[in-house]
Amino acid sequence: MELSGSQIVIEELKANGVEIAFGIPGGAIMPFYDEIMKSEFPHILTRHEQGATHMADGYARVSGKVAAVITTSGPGATNTITGLCNAQMDSSPIVAITGQVATPTIGTDAFQEADTYGCSIPVTKHNWLVKDVRELQGVVREAVRVATTGRPGPVVIDFPKDVQVAMTEYNPLEKTETALSAEPVFRIPEPDTKAIERLLEELERSEKPVIIAGAGIIKGGAAAELAEFARSAEIPVINTLLGMGGFPGSDPLFLGMPGMHGTAYANMALCECDLLINLGGRFDDRVTGKVAEFAPGATIVHVDIDAAELGKRVETDIPILADVRDVLALLNTQARKKDRQAWLGKVEAWKRDYPLQYDWDGSIKPQYVIEQIQEVSEGEGTYISGVGQHQMWAAQYLRFNEPNSWVSSGGLGTMGFGLPASIGAKVGRPDREVWLIDGDGSFSMSLVELATAATYNIPVKIAILNNNYLGMVRQWQELFFEKRYSHVHFPKSPDFAKIAEGYGVRGFDVKDVDQVRSTLEQAAEIDGPVVMNFHVNQEENVWPMVPSGAGNHEMQLGPQSTEKLT
Amino acid sequence: MTAKSSTPTNLRSKTLSGAEIIYRCLGLEGVEFIFGHPGAVLLTLLDLFLERSKIKHVLTRHEQCAAHMAEGYARASGGVGVCLTTSGPGATNLITGITDAYMDSIPIVCLTGQVSTSVVGNDAFQEADIVGMTRTVTKHNYLIKNMADLAPSIREAFHIARTGRPGPVLIDLPKDILLGEAPFQVPEGEVDIRGYKPRTKGHPRQIKRVAEAIKEAKKPVLYVGGGVIHADASKEVEKLATAADIPVTWTLLGAGAFPSENKLSLGMLGMHGTAYANMAVDECDLLIAVGARFDDRVTGKVSEFATKAKIIHIDIDPTAIGKNLPVEIPVVGDAKQVLREINKLVKRQKRTLWHKRVDRFKEDFPLTFEAAEGGPIKPQEAILTLSEEAGGDAIFTTEVGQHQMWAAQYLQVSFPRHFISSGGLGTMGFGFPAAIGASLARPDKLVIDIAGDGSFQMVLQEMATTVQYGIPVKVFILNNYGLGMVRQWQDLFMDRRFSEVGLEVGPDYVQLAAAYGAKGLHIEDRCDLRPAIQEMIKTPGPFILDVKVDPDELVFPMVPAGGANRDMILNDPRKKKPKGRLSALPDN
Amino acid sequence: MRQVFSILVNNHAGVLSHVSGLFARRGYNIESIAAGPTENPEATRIVIVAFGEEETLEQIAHQLRKLYDVLEVEQLQYNRSVTRELVLATVSADADKRTEVLQIANAFGANIVNITDNTVTLEASGNDHKTRILIKALERYGISNMARTGMIALPFDEMTDEWEPLA
Repeated sequence: MELSGSQIVIEELKANGVEIAFGIPGGAIMPFYDEIMKSEFPHILTRHEQGATHMADGYARVSGKVAAVITTSGPGATNTITGLCNAQMDSSPIVAITGQVATPTIGTDAFQEADTYGCSIPVTKHNWLVKDVRELQGVVREAVRVATTGRPGPVVIDFPKDVQVAMTEYNPLEKTETALSAEPVFRIPEPDTKAIERLLEELERSEKPVIIAGAGIIKGGAAAELAEFARSAEIPVINTLLGMGGFPGSDPLFLGMPGMHGTAYANMALCECDLLINLGGRFDDRVTGKVAEFAPGATIVHVDIDAAELGKRVETDIPILADVRDVLALLNTQARKKDRQAWLGKVEAWKRDYPLQYDWDGSIKPQYVIEQIQEVSEGEGTYISGVGQHQMWAAQYLRFNEPNSWVSSGGLGTMGFGLPASIGAKVGRPDREVWLIDGDGSFSMSLVELATAATYNIPVKIAILNNNYLGMVRQWQELFFEKRYSHVHFPKSPDFAKIAEGYGVRGFDVKDVDQVRSTLEQAAEIDGPVVMNFHVNQEENVWPMVPSGAGNHEMQLGPQSTEKLT
Repeated sequence: MTAKSSTPTNLRSKTLSGAEIIYRCLGLEGVEFIFGHPGAVLLTLLDLFLERSKIKHVLTRHEQCAAHMAEGYARASGGVGVCLTTSGPGATNLITGITDAYMDSIPIVCLTGQVSTSVVGNDAFQEADIVGMTRTVTKHNYLIKNMADLAPSIREAFHIARTGRPGPVLIDLPKDILLGEAPFQVPEGEVDIRGYKPRTKGHPRQIKRVAEAIKEAKKPVLYVGGGVIHADASKEVEKLATAADIPVTWTLLGAGAFPSENKLSLGMLGMHGTAYANMAVDECDLLIAVGARFDDRVTGKVSEFATKAKIIHIDIDPTAIGKNLPVEIPVVGDAKQVLREINKLVKRQKRTLWHKRVDRFKEDFPLTFEAAEGGPIKPQEAILTLSEEAGGDAIFTTEVGQHQMWAAQYLQVSFPRHFISSGGLGTMGFGFPAAIGASLARPDKLVIDIAGDGSFQMVLQEMATTVQYGIPVKVFILNNYGLGMVRQWQDLFMDRRFSEVGLEVGPDYVQLAAAYGAKGLHIEDRCDLRPAIQEMIKTPGPFILDVKVDPDELVFPMVPAGGANRDMILNDPRKKKPKGRLSALPDN
Repeated sequence: MRQVFSILVNNHAGVLSHVSGLFARRGYNIESIAAGPTENPEATRIVIVAFGEEETLEQIAHQLRKLYDVLEVEQLQYNRSVTRELVLATVSADADKRTEVLQIANAFGANIVNITDNTVTLEASGNDHKTRILIKALERYGISNMARTGMIALPFDEMTDEWEPLA
């Protein structure tokens, strides 16, 4: 059967489990868009290509499936870079298909030509520039496979206009040759039994063990195995920002988030533990603080599917290159019970003595709004955040009981991620209510996608915690620059409720703390997107906080607190 | 650029922080505005902007727009635009703007924060390899690893950005460099970079050959591009055209390089150029390209472009010459300097026959559109009316799409730097932030962004920036509820299969303007057009005028992609008129 | 410390960008890089000499293996591999010094490729140690121009009989 390049891509996307695309058409991708229409491939037209990438990212994080992003050449492609970089840092799969000028004109600075291939090398797991239509079938298959297997990540297929229309013989059943790569990034390595034995020995010996569970638990589908292991071995569990939902937030063993804005008790547990088991986390700088002072007394075990993560930042005693789920399954059959009442008692006391807290002063406290969202949604929603203070409060105050119920930009910290990611998350899991907790600065960066939510009537509930500031930067300026608020203030904040209405979306402006709950309840009832602009206390800070570059034990608990953990 | 004679205080080097060194270096380069968005790694530098007033920081709502504002500033002022963003997403958000500046040769310097050198490569929080990503879209880029390199690199960056063929330069600034300390003294002497010595003076023998060719030509055409504007060579072009009696056509980026009201002007050439410009180029025996690059949107099918002409190409970038087609007389040099030398050699000439021919083209194949009484507003008439009301002194920016082409066709642009558009990259969402930058550069001018609804929607969050700083930019939206240019291609070449181009659910722009604290107006009646434009112009502050136009209108003339310019479609083939084809015209 | 990485990659356009881009973005230091086809036309061997802390060198190997087009990464050990580099150097050698320079060239098995009144251009190949001391010896006369290919390397095949390499 003879098919065009565009038809082959559609066929292969379908055959490899890609069910939806997000994107914007343009000159150099037009033949492909024509095929999208003819084949009725599901597609969501966004307002900015960056939004399309974040939508695909959000979609993947809640559904475990991969979506395509389709853009034109030049600016369409360069507009995806931030979204790809974000997905790369957080190991989220995306298959981006970017139009390119026709192959004979590549390199001549043609209209809307950009070196997408070169620009996207640092931000993808792999990328392809397809110059020959005969390679296309294999490339699309490989692209989906590379994006979704091992440690997931984004890939780019740069797709010249002439290749989109070129015809070639196509056999859907044909086996394409796949390059044999050196490393098990594309294969799942077996856990090393010796290392597992050593881990079991350490576990036996340990009086004060702690687990850090990262995003690997979620991507590896190992939440149930983790819960079983932690409960039977009685080990407290800390979730990284991206690991949230990997362990039930309601479990007494749950300690919340570690690091810079982690809970005091999580950081205290890290400082005192004698065995630290990191499952699918990458010891990010925001987690460890000063590496030399991180978990000083602990034997460190690190399980990761990516060999390059083992020992990258923290010296590891027992590195295990494997799928976390395989390791946990082994541990669940082999680990023996041990009484750790003393340690659990100590941890309990910390939780009691140093809880997360905030003061009441009659203003709307952002933490309060988040608690109310938790209650109104009964913890059953999918929760998304932008980047900034609100993100930290959401991670602190929401309780996630299921994996894939929390979507946030971790490694890259991309402001503007929230709204498009919410749209993608709703598309990926339409059965769950989607709540976006965003800041005014972060929301401003991508609010153009309200048009997308309105067009397709995608019912995302958007809570803007509006403090008229780039709050996180302001907090640093308050604490470290004597309140010199340089270029973080938005004195004339737009009326976000009115903006929403301009898009035909329901908007609420909430200035009174008594209206918070009722507004959220109303929003939950509306069948469609809703924007709630909460005028929160402008100078509220995120506590606790470990100053950048300090050890986790130097955490400050609050504004007045000179008390430091030791 | 270089320091004046040194004083003793200049000689004594002081130890300063990295942030302080950057601030001083920017001051020495004459930077007035810096467009940016803060982030944690930049705090020490941002702190200086608060304390001092020499350089004003403009807080944008998205970093992409910071880059476009810097571009708009540079394009309107002729200076270097500067932007400053944080590491990670702040930096990656700049890439589209940087690429846009690279394609259109716009001098901007982008300062990006970076994580500390000790953790570079570790996937630290908000780390991105911006230097790697921008290697192919900047003229040059730097990752500063040593304090000693900081001041010299900034100086070099500005030098590279503004000299030769201008372009974007990026400097990646790790946090420890901003916090570090080093001795600083005001640099002296010319910047000297071993691998970078742009040639500005044309070769005398080539210049002589150019003058001779002009003298011998019967049917010459001047084809001027953005390089004329960068080199500030408009006067020289006008002088040459007048003396040697040569009609002048321009590229999209060359609009304003030659006054459109001059009788020698032919308007824009190429894909959506005027029929008479394309006909003149098709027939000419000498084509003098100045600071233009024979882009695919200009030449159409290269092998059939200006086939009867001897080609002269004057450009500062030797790699631009002969890149897309063979050139008989290449001249490498600065357009202003080269044209001055040529003008010395060119004698007055009259070309009555040639002008008669060109006038005939103009009479027979003018730009046309049909506006019916009581019918919808035609985008072309909206632009004509805007042009009349705004007068010749206004600065126009455009977004990308149909409206951009209509603006290039119908606006009267009399001065360089008064028409600002994204040419090479064709970046939707460029015009509005560029207008903000242009307005800051030229506060005395009326600045109007001619926008399409699809483009404006990409960046409308910057309304907040215009309101915060009271920047009186007027947004003139030709609203056809769709991605019109793509729709046009689908209409003509894809059997009207309109795949994913409908933006029926658009925002209510008037309400949106109000939500941001600005004024707005919505019109759809032809009779409201002029009064609404007048109101927009006289209302102080930012303003959105949402003009609902005929969504079915297409841009003509049009050269189908890959076709020869002489095969341009003159008017709407859907309207069952005889298809005008230039090739059907009898030779004289 | 320094390490020789022998990297077998798919022979595609763009592979070198992926490899060199990795070194650049992770801040790894490259001393030399050489690439060329192998016995298999579908594969290219890139040999990179890098330096850094031991952990960094381990990271380099891991990160390289993550690249899609990288088929094999070997960290070569000095006594279990053969390494060679080609050096071209033009050395100042007036009539009175020429004999000395030619003697040095001879001692190192270098070929003379050009002689002028006051210079000698020679080519020499050898391992790291040899090229280093040759260059050092020539520097006394003044090297006016030099080009080096960068190191190429292959591991020795394992011996079949019992054999302990010297430490």
